Formats: sequence, C-alpha cells, structure tokens
Amino acid sequence: MTIWSAVPAVVALSPVSAFADWGVGKSNSKFPQPDLFAPVSTPAHDIETLAWFAITICAGIALIVGGILLYGIIAYRVRRGDDGSEPPQVYGSNPIEFAWTVIPLLIVFVLILTTARTIYSIQGRPRPPGALTVHIIGHQWWWEVRYPSLNITTANEIHVPLSEPSNDNPTFLDLESADVAHSFWVPQLAGKTDVIPNRKNTMWIDPHKAGTYLGQCAEFCGTEHALMLLRVVVEPPAQWQQWVASQQKPAVHEPSAAHGRRVFESTACVNCHTVQGTVASGRFGPDLTHIMSRETIAAGAAVNTPEHLKIWIRDPDLIKPGALMPAMNLNGHDLDDVAGYLASLR
Amino acid sequence: MAVAAALSPAPSTEPWTLPRRGRVGVLALILTESAFFSIFVAAYIFYIGKSLTGPYPRDVLSPPIINTICLLSSSLTIVLAVRALRLDKIGTFAFWWLVTLLLALEFLAGTGMEWYRLIYHRGLTIRTNLFATTYYSLVGLHALHVTVGMLMILIVMLLTLGKHVTRRYAEQVEVLSWYWHFVDAVWVVVFLTVYIIGR
Amino acid sequence: MEQEIAIGAIEERAELPLVARMHDWVVTVDHKRLGLMYISGGLLFFVVAGLQAVTIRLQLAFPSNHLVPPQVFNRLLTMHGTAMVFLVGMPILTGFFNYLVPLMIGAHDMAFPRLNAFGFWLWLFGALLLYFSYLGADGLYGAGSAPDVGWFAYAPLTERAFSRGNSTDYWILSIFLTSVGSTATAINLVATIFCLRCKGMTLNKMPVLVWLTLVVAFLMLVALPPLSAAQAMLLLDRYLGAHFFDTQAGGSAILWQHFFWIFGHPEVYVLVVPAFAFASEIIPVFSRKVIFGYQVMVAASVAIGFISLSVWAHHMFSVGMTPAGNAFFATSTMLVGVPTGIKIFNWIGTIWGGKIRFRVPMLFSLGFLFQFMIAGLTGIMLAVAPFDWQLTDTYFVVAHFHYVLIGAIVFMIFAAIYYWFPKATGRMLSERLGQWHFWLFLIGFHMTFDTLHFAGIHGMPRRIYTYQPGRGLEAFNLIASIGAVLQAVAVVVLVINVIRSLVNGQEAGPDPWDAWTLEWTTTSPPPEYNFAVEPEVRSRRPLWDLKHPEDPDWLYE
Repeated sequence: MTIWSAVPAVVALSPVSAFADWGVGKSNSKFPQPDLFAPVSTPAHDIETLAWFAITICAGIALIVGGILLYGIIAYRVRRGDDGSEPPQVYGSNPIEFAWTVIPLLIVFVLILTTARTIYSIQGRPRPPGALTVHIIGHQWWWEVRYPSLNITTANEIHVPLSEPSNDNPTFLDLESADVAHSFWVPQLAGKTDVIPNRKNTMWIDPHKAGTYLGQCAEFCGTEHALMLLRVVVEPPAQWQQWVASQQKPAVHEPSAAHGRRVFESTACVNCHTVQGTVASGRFGPDLTHIMSRETIAAGAAVNTPEHLKIWIRDPDLIKPGALMPAMNLNGHDLDDVAGYLASLR
Repeated sequence: MAVAAALSPAPSTEPWTLPRRGRVGVLALILTESAFFSIFVAAYIFYIGKSLTGPYPRDVLSPPIINTICLLSSSLTIVLAVRALRLDKIGTFAFWWLVTLLLALEFLAGTGMEWYRLIYHRGLTIRTNLFATTYYSLVGLHALHVTVGMLMILIVMLLTLGKHVTRRYAEQVEVLSWYWHFVDAVWVVVFLTVYIIGR
Repeated sequence: MEQEIAIGAIEERAELPLVARMHDWVVTVDHKRLGLMYISGGLLFFVVAGLQAVTIRLQLAFPSNHLVPPQVFNRLLTMHGTAMVFLVGMPILTGFFNYLVPLMIGAHDMAFPRLNAFGFWLWLFGALLLYFSYLGADGLYGAGSAPDVGWFAYAPLTERAFSRGNSTDYWILSIFLTSVGSTATAINLVATIFCLRCKGMTLNKMPVLVWLTLVVAFLMLVALPPLSAAQAMLLLDRYLGAHFFDTQAGGSAILWQHFFWIFGHPEVYVLVVPAFAFASEIIPVFSRKVIFGYQVMVAASVAIGFISLSVWAHHMFSVGMTPAGNAFFATSTMLVGVPTGIKIFNWIGTIWGGKIRFRVPMLFSLGFLFQFMIAGLTGIMLAVAPFDWQLTDTYFVVAHFHYVLIGAIVFMIFAAIYYWFPKATGRMLSERLGQWHFWLFLIGFHMTFDTLHFAGIHGMPRRIYTYQPGRGLEAFNLIASIGAVLQAVAVVVLVINVIRSLVNGQEAGPDPWDAWTLEWTTTSPPPEYNFAVEPEVRSRRPLWDLKHPEDPDWLYE
C-alpha cells in the first residue's frame, strides 16, 4: 500500500466521520476512566501500593537532589563585577563518594525486596481448583473469549463474576494468540500480560467492585492495534448467573429475520463467523451467536446499533480502516436484511 | 606545547610506547565478531530439541573429524609461517602459508560435501525444521568467515609469489593470522555446540 | 619545510572552484571533515524525523482524529523511531567523537582514516536506503511502503505472513548497513584511543570525554552484533523459509525480543554516554572548576557499560517470564541506576563552589542535569517490575525515554553544538538566538513530555493512531501536541542561528570559552594536520597548566 492509496480512505472518511467516534466516546463516559491508581482487583491493588512506595522514594530523591542542584546554581552563579579569578579547584573527595554510593545502594536494596515480594505475590498465586477460567485468544484486531467450563464463546467483552473479600472468587485468564504478539491490559484490574503465539500466559483478577472497566491491546500488532479494545464487565452474582444463562442459550431464531439469515448463510459470512446451532461455523472472526448482548462492535470501534452494523457490513474500512473483514458488497436490500438478522441475535 | 613540556618537572624519560593499531583493530574486530557468533550459538542451543518434525541431529549428523583436524592444524601452520617471515625466511614462509591455504580449502570443500550429502541425500534444507535452520545458519556463518579468511590468505599468497611480501610486512601478516586463529577458535565452539552438545 | 608545504597546500585549496572543493569533501579521510559530515547528515535527518513526530502529534491532538490513516501513522511512528536512533543519534554522537577524539589526545587523525570514510559512506547509503523504502518497497503484491512494524519490529509481525511487500526488508537492510558503518567507527575509536595518544597522556590523564568514548565504542562492538544477527535471522526467515521466529514451526517470538533488547538496551547507553561525555567537558568549563571525582566518573561509566549488558529483559517484564527472571532483571536495572546517580552527584559537585557562567552551552547542560535526573527516576519506577506491568507499552514509557533522548541527549547535543561550533568553524553562534532556542525548546519539551507521563497512567498505550473520547486522554494529548510545535519552532531558531553564524558570525579565536583541553590549543578551525608539533602533556588539563603555571593540575592529581 503506498501513501497514495490512503488518499481515498482519508477523503471518504472526512465527510462521513471527521472526528467521528461512532458513539464510543459517549459510551465510554458511562464508565470509570482507566487509571492505574483506581484499582478494583488485588493484582492492581498490590501494584498500586508498590507504585506509591516507589513514587514516594523517587519524589523524595528528586526534591533533595533537585533542590541541592537548584541551590548550587543560584548560590554559585558568577556575580556582576567578578574579578575573573578562578575558584578553588576541588578534585574530589573519597568520603563524599562513599556516602553517595552507599545511600543509593541501600535505597535500591529496599526497593528490590519490596519489588520481589510483589512479583511473587502476583505471579506466584496458585490456581484454586474450582476457579473460573477464561480462555482468551488474541487476533488481529479482536479478542476471542471462551469459557470452556461453561460452554460459552463470545468476543471482545468479557464478563466475570464479582469477587468479594468474604467470598474469594478469582477469575484466571489463559492468554494465547492466533497470529502476532498482543497484550491484554485493563489497568484497573491488573498489570498487562502479553499474548504471544506459541506460548500460553496466565493471569488472574478478583474484582471486588461491580462495573465495566475499559482496556485495550497494549502490544503493537499491526494496522488497527489502536482499535483492539477491551471491556471487562464485573457482575454481582445474580447478574452473573443471568448473563451465563443467556449466553448458554442457543441462537435466537426470529422468523422475521429469516431472509437475512439466508443471505448470511449463503454468502461468505459463514467462512469467518459462527452462529451456534446453524451452519455458520467459521473461526476466523468473532462468534456472533449473541452479538446483540455486546455494547460495541469491531472490538470497541463503534457502539453496537443496527445503523452501525449496517455501515460495518457495508464497508468495515469506514469504521476501522485496514480491518481484515472485507467489504461484503451486498445490495441495499440484502444489507438491510443481514443487519436485521444480526440485530435479532440477542 | 613546548612551553608545557618545559614547565613540567622531570617528565618521564621512559620511551612513550603505545600498542600497535593493527593489533588493537583486529582484537576489536574479533570482539565484535564473537558477539555476532554468540547470538547464533545461543539460537542453536535455545532450539535444541524443539524441532516439531525430523530429521533430527542424531539421524543425520556425523562429526567432521578430518575437517576439524585440517582447520585446527592450519592455525599451527600459520604460526610457523609468520615466524618464518619475521626471520626473513621468505621461502619457508611461502611454504607454510601455502599449506595453510590448502588446509583451509580442504575444510571448505569438506563442509561443502557434507552439505551436499545433507541436502540431497537426507533432504535437510534450512526450511526443514528448527534444527536445520539453526544448523545451516551457524555452520554457514562460520564457513563464510573461513571463506573470507581464505581469500585474504590467497591474496597474500599471490603477493608472495609476486615477491612483494617481505619481513617489512610481517606485522600486517601477523594481524591477519590473529583473525585466522579467531576463525579456528569459533570452529571449536561450533563443533562442541553442534556435534557434542546438540546431539 | 614540510609544514610550509602543508599550509600552503591548504591555502591553495580555498581558491579552487566549487566542484573541486566538493570533491575534496567527497574523498576526504580527515576525521574533522568526516565528523562534520556525520553531524550534518544526522541533523538533516533530525529535521525529517522531527517533522514526522510533529505529524504524529497533530494526529493525536484530538480524539478519533483522521489527519492520517492508520497505515500511514504506523509508518510514521516506525520511521520516526528508527531514524532518530540510527540516522540521528548515532551519527551525530559518533560524529562528535570523530571530530574531537584525535584533537583531544593530540593526534593527527584517527587510527584508520580510510576505514573512517568507509564507515561514513556506508552510513549515508544505509540512511538513504531506509527512506527510499517509501518509494521502493511495493514488492510483488503492491503491498508495502516504508516499514510500519515499530522500531523494534517484533516477530512474528515482521514475518512474511504478516508483513507483505518489502518494507520490513528495507528496515533490515538499511539498519544492517548503518550498523556495519558504526562498527567500523567503533573499531577506529578503540584503536585511536589506545594507540595514538600524545606523549604523557596515560589512560589516567585522558579527558573524561575520551574515556567515555572508549566505553561507548566497546558497547557498540558488543551490542550492535546481536541486532545484526537477529536481522540476518529474520531475513533468512523471510527469504529462505527458515524458522527462527516462525511460531507455527515451533519458533519463538520471545527469542526475537531477547536478541533485540540485548542490543537495544546497551544501545540506549551508546546514545546517552556521549551526552555524559559532553557534560563532563562543558560543565567544568562553565563552572570554572575541575571535574569533581575524575576517577570515580570514569569508574562509574565503565560500570554502567558492564551492568547495562545485563538489564535487557526489563523491556520484557510483561511477556510472562518466571518470577525469578523478573526479579533478576528488576535488580540489575536498579543497580545500573547507582553509578548513574553517582555521576549526577559528581556533576553537582563540580558546580558546587564554582563561578557559573550561564552561557548557552551551560543552559542546555543545566537542563540536562535536571531532566536526566527525572528520567533516571522514572526509570527506577519502571524497574519496579509490577509497576512496569502497568506502565510498559504506554505513554509513560514514551515520556520516560523521550526525557532521556531529548531531555538529556538532545539537550547535550545542542550544548555541544554551541560549545564546539566555534572550534570547527571559527565563528561564534549568536548568544541571543541561542537563548531563544533554549527557552522555547525547554518550554515545548516540558509541555509535551511532562503531560505524556499522565496519559500513560490513564491507560494510553503506545503506537496507537487514535484514541476515543471518554477516557480522559484529550487534555494531555492536546497540550503535548502544542509542545511539539514549540519544539519545532525552537529548532528553526537554531537553524537560523547556524546559517547566520556561518555567513558572518563573530570570530571565535582558538579558545573562546577559556577551556583546558588540547583541542583549544589549535586555531579555529584547526589545520588539517591538527598539531604542528606533537603535544606533550603532564595532567588532564594541559591548558590549565599553561594558564596557571603557579598552580598546575599535576601537583594535585
């Protein structure tokens, strides 16, 4: 692709969507802004505590050293009317060198101990036998989400149960990649863990506050790395059971969407997408069985509305330039019907 | 500066000798080349046992004893050659230099024949599996360095035949011989990695 | 007699036609000319890569912006990073060493003048090859333009399957070429320093800059090959079907990361130690004091060189290494901060009790001191591995390393330009324009990079072409982008300063700053042969001894 082939995309995008965020901005503002200093899960908490410790030490050093430097600059500036003589030449001082070697070494020693302790407390936690496991597979540029023990497959938006101090209920995430290196990052829940092909990484979270937490891929993975977003929805027990039950249901078969379903199943859609219980069993793209249960589409690039669905199916490049889903070139009638079919998949 | 020299009391009367630049230069080159080789050795060791399919090392590799003897002997013969040159014995120098060249050629020919056997008789190419990838790249990189060294030895051989090489150039010839020793030392490492550790 | 002929020959050259004078530059093996060519080439790419950065910042100034599409943006960020490291940092810094080291040790030239020229031209062709990729990298499928895989080109994104066309190949080959050139320069510097010092200049009496050059050269010799090796392996993967980083065949994506960072971390010390070297020459002169703790400074720099070879995986804390692995690299990374801090303290000790003159080189040096201290401290924060699990791959890291690259290194490059420009050209740069340059750049720098720390803390990852509203990132990005424009304006001021001074700047004389090392004993610019008579030195500051015969350094060293 040369720079010139980008011009049509830029031109096409401008009138349609200069600064358009497809409603995601408004959707984002309903939820807490990502902030590693507002943790809701133990790994993120432990990190935050350690972070403040490190920041305090570093700020202290900065104030002291910076202060001394500032003082020196002011106190030892050459004065007006100076006679031009050279000040006393001081070549060094072993006691001073010793002091400002030992003190930093002690600081480093303390930091290393606290750092190591947190490393082990986070990475070293064994997986309790009944813990929920979510299997996450990174793709260019979306997240495949499977719950093997619950027989659920979804994409991009991950629901996990609330974990309270009295009722510890951690969720373990097994991370794999189908193509290149990605990184799973939701700041309020945990530090990031890379998602690397031919390698299985594991992390855990135990969020104690219900809500939706925003994150995104944090390892450059190609064209649309920027729009490989994540939402983790932490559900209290009742809502969690409800969500699990609804995801485990088979695909909705709405009669009014029959034509749309026929178009969907007879075009290339089924090569990439799965709708459980139908002939659509492609694995290259997200599972669409319960697509309407998700708030966004295209891994967070647009809010999930029938209108946006239509635009996405018509030409994904309008919402996410470079996305691997091709423009389906459906005629207006078919497009409406397919979008209607997807809109029925609650 | 003459003033400065006059000012300093009792400047040292010892002669001011510094290392010779050719030696320092080739040692620096050897340092950097060692770093380069160690990455290929690291990759080889990292991938031991990780090939998803065969053929595997013990199926196809046989230690190249003759090649190794020739290459390591060439380090000895090149020392003899340099010594002869420093003593101005051009004839002796030319003899040992030629022997070195022939030993190097034998090593390259032997490696070539080994690769022919692996590729055509055992179907092992660089794309076959991880073992093949790391084997051909490591041994090939070393063979490349042998080739470059051999070409430089050949150039000196031709210059010798043209009666241009004299004791005056002994320093440069010795510096070249250090590079050659490095190439031989790398072979020791490669041999140990591929034919001893890796099997 | 020989000298007269030499001087006469030089005078004749000035009257030759332009073509002949240009030819002189093309065939030169004079370390001074090659040094200036390296620096000029580097500054040209500084402008190019800087404009790419400004474009990046304009795209990111607003959420969901569409100034440039993602494909173009990803090329911009890759080229900006790659160019700044290999086409700006390396040539400018080694260019300064090329120029200064023979002068500072009292030698006529480098140990291998022709190798020096070879290294330069190799670098130049590699640099042009990288930018030629915009035109040439279409490849068989019409895919590919400039490289777009990030400056560290993680596998398997760079494998054939995910990087079609030849953009990655341009990245590999151009950097391979420039690295060979850099290696040649490193060999040259080592040989020069060990073999060509003037009488009396033992290793213990070399200027600090020369010692640090030795450290940099050794780092280059040991750290550049891992990158070249990894690139060769990638090329084998892409063209001969090898499997070094082919995860489908059992290859390891992590192996690329290890090899790259085994190069990449020492590389950043290759870039920052020259800044230390400049600071160690400039700060003493403008404080009117000898450097505090010469031997400790040297020892600390050597220690930094060695320890820096053992910290590389702090760039990989999030890949899932074992806790022991993470703990080891956290430890080594924090340890490397100790000698680094010692150096800062010694510079403060140099200023202490001095008579500070706030000329432009010193202004930039003082900015360096504050900013490098902060950069080091955010580095310590990043060394705390669990904290790094949040901060890595975010704009916090971007802010940290730009604090080092710009706040420390570029600031000292500017200081070095103002300090040694008079020596190289015989003319002073304007002090007034220099002040404008400094203050504009300082404000712009802080506007951009102070705020970007917070963008990272608020969840903004690196290398994203856009971000959506509603995540608290808008204000940080807008301020950062305005700062970028300010920095660009400041650089324009520098360019104007350089051009005006070249045309009719104030004459400099041999020693405009009242300094103490050997380069200030020659004319400005120095004659081609540097020194008519080989100098003989007795202390680390031969000119101090000359100017203060009643109180020479060698009584106290």
